[in-house]
Amino acid sequence: MAATETFTPDRAASSLSVQRVDKCYPNGTIALEDVRLAIEPGEFVSLLGPSGCGKSTLLKMFAGIETPTHGHMRWWGQPFETVGSPGRRMSMVFQEATLMPWATVADNVRLPLDLAHVPRREAAARVAAALDGVGLAKFGKALPRELSGGMQMRASLARALVTEPDLLLLDEPFGALDEFTRNRLDSDLRALWQRRGMTVVFVTHSIYEAVYLSGRVVVMQARPGRIIADVPIDGPLERDDAYRVSEPFLQHCKTLSELITDAHRASFANEETGVQS
Amino acid sequence: MTGEVLAGRSGNGGRGAAAASSTAAAAQGARPAARPATSSATSARRRPWLQRPGVMKALAPWVVGVVVLAAWQAWCVVMKVPAYLVPSPSAIVSELVQDAPLLFGSLLATLKITLLAFALATLLGVVIALLFVQSPLIEASLFPYAILLQVTPVVAIAPLIIIWVKDMDAALVLCATLVALFPIISNTALGLRSVNPGLINLFRINRATRWQTLVRLRIPSALPYFFGGLRISSGLSLIGAVVAEFVAGTGGSGAGLAYQILQAGFQLNIPRLFAALLLITVTGVVLFAITAWVSRIGLRGWHDSQL
Repeated sequence: MAATETFTPDRAASSLSVQRVDKCYPNGTIALEDVRLAIEPGEFVSLLGPSGCGKSTLLKMFAGIETPTHGHMRWWGQPFETVGSPGRRMSMVFQEATLMPWATVADNVRLPLDLAHVPRREAAARVAAALDGVGLAKFGKALPRELSGGMQMRASLARALVTEPDLLLLDEPFGALDEFTRNRLDSDLRALWQRRGMTVVFVTHSIYEAVYLSGRVVVMQARPGRIIADVPIDGPLERDDAYRVSEPFLQHCKTLSELITDAHRASFANEETGVQS
Repeated sequence: MTGEVLAGRSGNGGRGAAAASSTAAAAQGARPAARPATSSATSARRRPWLQRPGVMKALAPWVVGVVVLAAWQAWCVVMKVPAYLVPSPSAIVSELVQDAPLLFGSLLATLKITLLAFALATLLGVVIALLFVQSPLIEASLFPYAILLQVTPVVAIAPLIIIWVKDMDAALVLCATLVALFPIISNTALGLRSVNPGLINLFRINRATRWQTLVRLRIPSALPYFFGGLRISSGLSLIGAVVAEFVAGTGGSGAGLAYQILQAGFQLNIPRLFAALLLITVTGVVLFAITAWVSRIGLRGWHDSQL
């Protein structure tokens, strides 16, 4: 707990701000305890932590799928109802590709536009651009099952980007993919973020992925789910495979790894002696 | 004629096998694989068509049917079994040809009841299922009665319905609908609820309306289940129609195949009884085949059951 930085969110400017948020489930599980966080426009922030630390729950709250038990959340300083208006668009990418198996890739990507009643002609152009942006220009007419896992995830990413979101939420999107595909997609995502300048919140349990992608890593710990550290990553803006083996990269990974191990050891010791933190 | 057709089919089969193996090689993307693929294709061509797995699988049930019919025919002829006990297949066929106007007229009557009941059951079933998934309260209050309907034997309530409903056709359709309704309701309701939770979240995040979620997500997700229900109900609506006709026929009225079976039984005209039975069976198989085909078209390409 000592490592927690006290953070006073600047509510007027932040894309996302969370104040003293708790989440308790009816069965008594405390998923999140006293979470305070602010994410500024254009930031790439990773939520890093072991399973059960509440990082996915926190992301779902950002998406409006879960609501906090206590505390306040603001989107661009406003309540959730304002999300979706121009300048405040939000998209989410899930752990699985979650494509509709009966619809073509292009139809899947067009779904958010259809739901928002975007005219067909404009939608078609935007879908083509989104597919092109993730390297799936030739696969619009394919069915999801005809694509590999990595390509399905790309389609899912294209669907999130087609609305030109100002805030992109990703919930361990590449966790089920092999390491090579994941690295490739990480690089592509980083390039997309640089090109578009949107705010990105990325949930992962991979230290390497978090350091490679983000400008800031928020470290979380389980039982109860809470933020234990907020670490800026001062890597270069342009990141490539060389960065993955560079000294600063490895140094960041080491710092984060030690933070997580220490926190784990501390909570384990507390459990052993019965002391509540 | 048959020889020609079979030869044509086997030729097609050979080409199909060659095409399939070359696609497999292309999918593997390995160049050396091309050689074994061509050799396996030629070996498939050299193989006698009768020994190919596809041909054998298609022929096997027909062979069984022919053998059984031949044995039946032989038994009737050799043992001189009287036609009023067990008619030979040839006697049944000649009866079918001889009484064709009568029997096919009855078939039309039964078919009309069956199809009307099937259509009505499908329509009602889907509407009720849609109603069920609108709210747990609606489902909780109505579902027990749907089960009640399902477990009550139609033979037991058919006399009542026939007494209450003046128009005989309407009464028969009602009975058959009651039999065919439940699988559509339960399967469709299950399907409408079996939606990928990730997709539900996606629709929520994109602010989809209830209607949009129903049309674009729940209904397509329910299709495989709905088609399953359709296949069961196609057979049940025929059974329901025949059972209802039986009840009506015992009361002395009717025009359908069940009535012909009853009359033939009374007159000990067993060949005609068998001929009517044959028509009912064939109708059931054809109905099943049609619904299976519709289901294959509806789910083609995306659902695991149709790949």
